[in-house]
Amino acid sequence: MTGATTPETGAKPKTSRDWDMAAIAPFVALALLLVLGYFANPSFASLANLTNVITRSAFIAIIALGATYVISSGGLDLSVGSMVAFVASLMIMFLNSGAIADPVMLLACAMLLALGMGAACGLANGLITTVGRIEPFIATLGTMGIFRGLTTWLSQGGAITLKDRELQALYRPVYFGSVAGVPIPIVVIFVTAAIAAFVLYRTRYGRHLIAVGSNEDVARYSGISVNRVRTIAYVVQGLCVGVAVLLYVPRLGSTSATTGILWELQAITAVVVGGTALRGGVGRIWGTVCGAFILEIVGNIMLLSNFVSEYLIGAIQGAIIIIAMLVQRSLMRK
Amino acid sequence: MHRRTFGLSAAGLVAAAAVGPGLALAQDAKKVTIGVSIPAADHGWTGGVVYHAERVAKLLMAEHKGLTVIVKTSPDAASQANAVQDLAVQGIDALVILPSDPDPLVNAIQQVKDSGKFVALVDRAPSVNDGSIRDLYVAGNNPALGEVAGKYIAKTTPDAQVVIIRGLPIPIDQQRQDGFDKGIAGSKVKILERQYGNWNRDDAFRVMQDYLTKYPKIDVVWCQDDDMAVGVLEAISQAKRTDIKYVVGGAGSKDMVKRVMDGDKTVPVDVLYPPAMVATAMQLTAANFYDQVPVSGSYILDATLVTKENAKNFYFPDSPF
Repeated sequence: MTGATTPETGAKPKTSRDWDMAAIAPFVALALLLVLGYFANPSFASLANLTNVITRSAFIAIIALGATYVISSGGLDLSVGSMVAFVASLMIMFLNSGAIADPVMLLACAMLLALGMGAACGLANGLITTVGRIEPFIATLGTMGIFRGLTTWLSQGGAITLKDRELQALYRPVYFGSVAGVPIPIVVIFVTAAIAAFVLYRTRYGRHLIAVGSNEDVARYSGISVNRVRTIAYVVQGLCVGVAVLLYVPRLGSTSATTGILWELQAITAVVVGGTALRGGVGRIWGTVCGAFILEIVGNIMLLSNFVSEYLIGAIQGAIIIIAMLVQRSLMRK
Repeated sequence: MHRRTFGLSAAGLVAAAAVGPGLALAQDAKKVTIGVSIPAADHGWTGGVVYHAERVAKLLMAEHKGLTVIVKTSPDAASQANAVQDLAVQGIDALVILPSDPDPLVNAIQQVKDSGKFVALVDRAPSVNDGSIRDLYVAGNNPALGEVAGKYIAKTTPDAQVVIIRGLPIPIDQQRQDGFDKGIAGSKVKILERQYGNWNRDDAFRVMQDYLTKYPKIDVVWCQDDDMAVGVLEAISQAKRTDIKYVVGGAGSKDMVKRVMDGDKTVPVDVLYPPAMVATAMQLTAANFYDQVPVSGSYILDATLVTKENAKNFYFPDSPF
């Protein structure tokens, strides 16, 4: 098996040879960026900076894990950015309502609510695309407007802020705290990714998902319920948004109508940079995580370096992403 | 929302009729309708615009018994043009408009003006901004917003090393930057760097984190916007850096004004660019009809420095912004 580019259909490769290049490529791109970063500004390589950068990539990384499911099933979800804003707003409003007297219980219920609302929003997306038979691009463009509009309405165009200082102090460590020296958001990224990888690579559902993404008709004739598999992929995406919200709310303790704007594009970029094909049928969980790191690091390097004008940052970021993709592709062809 | 405002005004009329002409002053019974067209609340500042327009509409109608104020919000320039035409059809005596984008709305405004109505233009001016299109122009002062902040920093911390977070690459952002440079001109204040934060909290958090990594000593952060100040303050508190003396935002959001009022050392001042300016235009328009005072002309609000002493004048706890 020399042709590592052959798209896997259904069964995942068992040999490590098959995997190597395609899976390693994003990591090679990441390593090159790290070297570039060090030359741009030595303080880039400091532990404090790297943990900062990886910590704040958590939102995109976790959302992108869900997007990996949706995209490998042959779908697309444009609504995730506004979904973050909507679910986070609901969560903060619930916390502000003080429905439960005990703060720990209140927080626990709010977290469950966020996960539940995320899953519900994902289910709505899934049902509209599968049962409603609307192209995912249009369906999720519609829900993107709906979630964004509802957020603006809930906040009356302003901000929704967690009012209770004590509650905020209680919840803050979820973003700013650390376990054994590792910031909690980083732990959450890897735990979520491990679960996502297990489900995608080691369970029947995961195989069905890839089968549906690579060839819908064949999957249907093999007795797979295509609609069910796709709908669940959107629910997984919604759950991932819920997890991202759990980390987002403790950071600033507030949302506004501009929360999460364009995050959907960043998530999709992370997925593609990570080696998952937009046409579906291939899903690379660890590549996605790596892709999210790459996106955040590119921005970080731009800011730390002294030779890029602030007006050119967008252009250089775009160029670096394309170069990273080229490096990856050239490795995959070997 | 409009219906409610309308209902209120109708109630006001009924009340005025019931109380009878004996109590209401003769000139107050004069019937005037003011149409107010503003952008829909899509971020903090426009949220404030809507809040203040509705707040002052009620105040004005309570004050003048014959007055009807209709507030209409529109999400974009095209629908705002329609809203202006709808208002004109309903029969208004005056139009107060904060255009979401002034140039595409010129024709709609011109029509109202040409039919002899009083037109008050707020905040955003079209390329031609003179007596031919409006009677009154009320706006904030972007260059001054930068200049006031620059002067304050140059005066309080003359040797400060400052990092700047800008908004979006659009003209008003550039005006603020130029104003700031003018404000610190001749002082020893040193600008370490400027980067865009897109008037967004999360982006400001990210930029500030990187500034903190890059510069071991920062004295002052000027982020010219209160939304971005939220992200900046959080990044500083996470890094536990004590070298940053204070942060200067701008606009006058309730959270930042509250901090100033409470004497927060990291937020000693704020610079005003008040969404309530739409209310200034409404008040002046009403004055034109009821008080016979001359109001035509340009009315540029100062970028007032909000300090602990005067903060309570600018604090609106019920406003969304």
